[in-house]
Amino acid sequence: MAKVVLPLEVARAFADGETDHAVEARDVRALVRALEERFPGIAERLSRGTAVAVDGEIYQDWFLEEVRPDSEVRFLPAIEGG
Amino acid sequence: MGNEEDIGKIIDYSGREFQYIGKRTIRPDGVDKVTGRANFGADFTVNGMIHGRVVRSPHAHAKIKKINVDKALKLDGVKAVITGKDFPEIDINDKAVGEVVVSYYDMAHNIIARDKVYYDGHAVAAVAATTPDIAEKAAKLIEVEYDVLKPVMTAAQAMKKNAPVLHKHIHTAGVEPAPEKPSNVASRTEFKLGDPAAGFADADVIVEREFSTQTVHQGYIEPHACCASISADGNTNIWCSSQGQFMVRAYTAKICGMETSKVKVIPAEIGGGFGGKTVVYLEPLAVMLAKKAGRPVKMVMTRDEVLRATGPTSGGTARARIGAKKDGTIVAGELELVYEAGAYPGSPVALGCMTGFAPYDIKNVSCVGWDVLVNRPKAAAYRAPGAPVAAFGVECTLDVLAEELGMCPLELRMKNAAVEGTQAPYGVKFNRIGYKETLEAAKAHPHWSAPLGPNQGRGIASGFWFNIGGTSSAEVMVNEDGTVIVATGNPDIGGSRASMALMAAEVLGIDVARIKPLVADTESVPFSMLTGGSRVTFATGKAVIEAAQDAVNDLKRRAAKIWDVDVDQVEWENGQAVCIESTQHKPLSIAAIAAKADKTGGAISGRANINATGAGPGFGTHICDVEVDPETGYVTVLRYTAIQDVGKAIHPSYVEGQLQGGAVQGIGWALNEEYVYSEDGRLLNTGFLDYRMPVASDLPMIDTVVVEVPNPGHPYGVRGVGETPIVPPLAAVANAVSHAIGKRVTDLPLSPPRLLAVIDGK
Amino acid sequence: MAKHHVTTTINGDPAEFLCETQQTLLDCLRDELGLTGSKEGCASGDCGACSVMLDGRLVCACLVLGVEAEGATIETIEGVAQGDELHPLQKHFLEDAALQCGVCTPGFIVAAKALLEHNPDPTETEARYWLAGNLCRCTGYDKIIKAVMNAAAEMRGA
Repeated sequence: MAKVVLPLEVARAFADGETDHAVEARDVRALVRALEERFPGIAERLSRGTAVAVDGEIYQDWFLEEVRPDSEVRFLPAIEGG
Repeated sequence: MGNEEDIGKIIDYSGREFQYIGKRTIRPDGVDKVTGRANFGADFTVNGMIHGRVVRSPHAHAKIKKINVDKALKLDGVKAVITGKDFPEIDINDKAVGEVVVSYYDMAHNIIARDKVYYDGHAVAAVAATTPDIAEKAAKLIEVEYDVLKPVMTAAQAMKKNAPVLHKHIHTAGVEPAPEKPSNVASRTEFKLGDPAAGFADADVIVEREFSTQTVHQGYIEPHACCASISADGNTNIWCSSQGQFMVRAYTAKICGMETSKVKVIPAEIGGGFGGKTVVYLEPLAVMLAKKAGRPVKMVMTRDEVLRATGPTSGGTARARIGAKKDGTIVAGELELVYEAGAYPGSPVALGCMTGFAPYDIKNVSCVGWDVLVNRPKAAAYRAPGAPVAAFGVECTLDVLAEELGMCPLELRMKNAAVEGTQAPYGVKFNRIGYKETLEAAKAHPHWSAPLGPNQGRGIASGFWFNIGGTSSAEVMVNEDGTVIVATGNPDIGGSRASMALMAAEVLGIDVARIKPLVADTESVPFSMLTGGSRVTFATGKAVIEAAQDAVNDLKRRAAKIWDVDVDQVEWENGQAVCIESTQHKPLSIAAIAAKADKTGGAISGRANINATGAGPGFGTHICDVEVDPETGYVTVLRYTAIQDVGKAIHPSYVEGQLQGGAVQGIGWALNEEYVYSEDGRLLNTGFLDYRMPVASDLPMIDTVVVEVPNPGHPYGVRGVGETPIVPPLAAVANAVSHAIGKRVTDLPLSPPRLLAVIDGK
Repeated sequence: MAKHHVTTTINGDPAEFLCETQQTLLDCLRDELGLTGSKEGCASGDCGACSVMLDGRLVCACLVLGVEAEGATIETIEGVAQGDELHPLQKHFLEDAALQCGVCTPGFIVAAKALLEHNPDPTETEARYWLAGNLCRCTGYDKIIKAVMNAAAEMRGA
């Protein structure tokens, strides 16, 4: 089961403050769908201004990134620049 | 090298000798820039063009009761007048999907006010006329009736209980349960690692300080400028300088209610951006005026418009608390940031939270950030947005900690340095990084051990920036004489064209002088994300490398045809196709193959459309020596050394230039730059005389040390370079001043009157 | 209101233009004569991006009225190179990477040329103070000063 870490604000709004969750999914899209089933509305919230880090690699435009059974998937604020 | 299977593969070139990478070539756009021929945003003229001027609010906070444009329209030579009413309504929840918080609603209202104005300089109307003078006169004839409201000019004012609320629809986000009453606090954000309370309980020493900074502007020398022309069928051309022609197209089309394909953006050379030109201000106004007038419209901002009405970066406060063991091991860190977003939400406070403690391996970290609305212009990105102020707080507090522990500040950082595998404050573990190497370079540098005299002090500080990847596209086109054109969609804000040519040369194996890199318009190259986030040499470079590899594959296929052999018999070496069976078939140069392009299938080219991942973070360590005149509070920067891990310097001169330029912007931020407002919210220093940026006589040479710890995510090891250099200087300068005067300074800028007050104990 | 007819000499060539009273020399160079090499950064004489020579004096063209060009000799960035022969300052700005965005570069080259005509062997401090009227936001001035010093050395040696 992949380990998913939600941003604190999202965890508080949707998951009773719990940031760490175990989810089974083969890619980030499937993972977000699985989260949506548990926490309705979270998919829309995560699609706004969020990047995702899968095993340390940050993806700003995430969609179909592979998630392995032992992956760590972290949602972060999207990073802009100047 | 150049084989089909190599495309997209991460090849480790670290330790390899490069043929072109690392050479200090003359930049291809250079001659035009030193002779005045290069065209920047304001240098374009279009036949039949007329001139636009903007009418701006003189009030920091007001309702617009009425706008009367009759007198202006009657003036001879006036061709069109627009107000917010001329623009389509945008849904309040409309945000750019997938990007950082980009609210189209906020952006559209910021460009031209609807029923309220939120800062001195907020655009309320615009006029186009046959001459700039008539446009200026017409602008003065537009009558706007305001219902003036009380402004809130600082976060402290904005957060008070009965403070006037800027936007009634904004309730603090990130707070549970969601508050009922609207607020000027747009959001709260929090990052946590481990158990900070337990960490602090375990500490032998705890230090805590609070710091403040003021609003500062990116300060690009070129004001915003554009020229827009729209045909009767709606096809629109915009010539402008920006950090992203595709961004200009997208935002302008959105705000004007047009289809993307109706808008073509032709990029001019850009005279500085630093993040401030990653948004649009004039383009939608020029397009609407052009539409109404039936003539092309040119608009150029004056300097006071730039300062009053384009995004500065957030001023704010940083409170840092650090707990450590007696031996210097940091066991807990806490950071609280309050940033002024300006008139609409979106300060870079979350990024400040994520970067402040990033150079350090701390198991227990808590970072909280508040995004606060004030009646100042909407903040825009400024080089490593959010990071300098956070680093100011953390790096100065580390200095205090070092003093408390009786430890060398460099050793303190060395002891706690983040390394590969360290978990950053935002939770992600670092890949290969070079922070420690910058500290080692600092320690070994003669600057670190040079003697100091009376009233002199030395400061050291470090900094971090993520650097990003993103969508980039490149086309590599082989001309019939074997020269090559490399087209990308990223404006060149620091010399990146030179680096694109070097990278293409390295792949193709031909002399860089035979490569012409160019920045294409929105209809000549596929979509590219804007220039920013220190991404171009990395991400667009990757696209160029892949496109060049694709071109090499095409060249090999043509050689195979010429020789009548299978393509797997062909290798590419030193700019030539080489046949494995080499007695019968002599090598073919790129020129020889190109000469037969028509016969072997048509034009030869390569392309790559990628979304680059694998960006490598950049760490920097700066050392600053100052002398403070105790009678005047005047600070002289005596010596400055900027050390940074750049992964691989494609063009060393331009890499050094980024370190020097960023350091000097930071020095200006630390010593002199600030927005000065009147009590009723009018910006008082609207020009370069009083918005005091560093000049040549303020500074010594800025020594640089380029450290190269290759980024495994890029074929040549490239890390983004441009933003990290502005992160350490605020603290490096402040720490130096603190040591020079023997008192801790915590409030920027350290301008003479402010510093004198600290020295005199006021 | 009738425009003023101005006759002047620019980069060695006779030139004439029509202008309104309030138009600055910078406006006239850029908008009436198509000489867009001189840039407007501030219109208040604080940034030096519009540096030109007026009767042998270094001035900000934004602080000179167009009508003041009458009968005067003006040199702009467009006249610094001789055909395709770059001035040593221009060569060194390129070789020493003394520009990043390049918008301040014309002003710096005109101002530095004036410096070296006035003082062919400036110290680093003298160069910094002479050029204090030219703002650069990209480079931090380090490579600009080095390019000027290198060009000065080459011009003395040559």
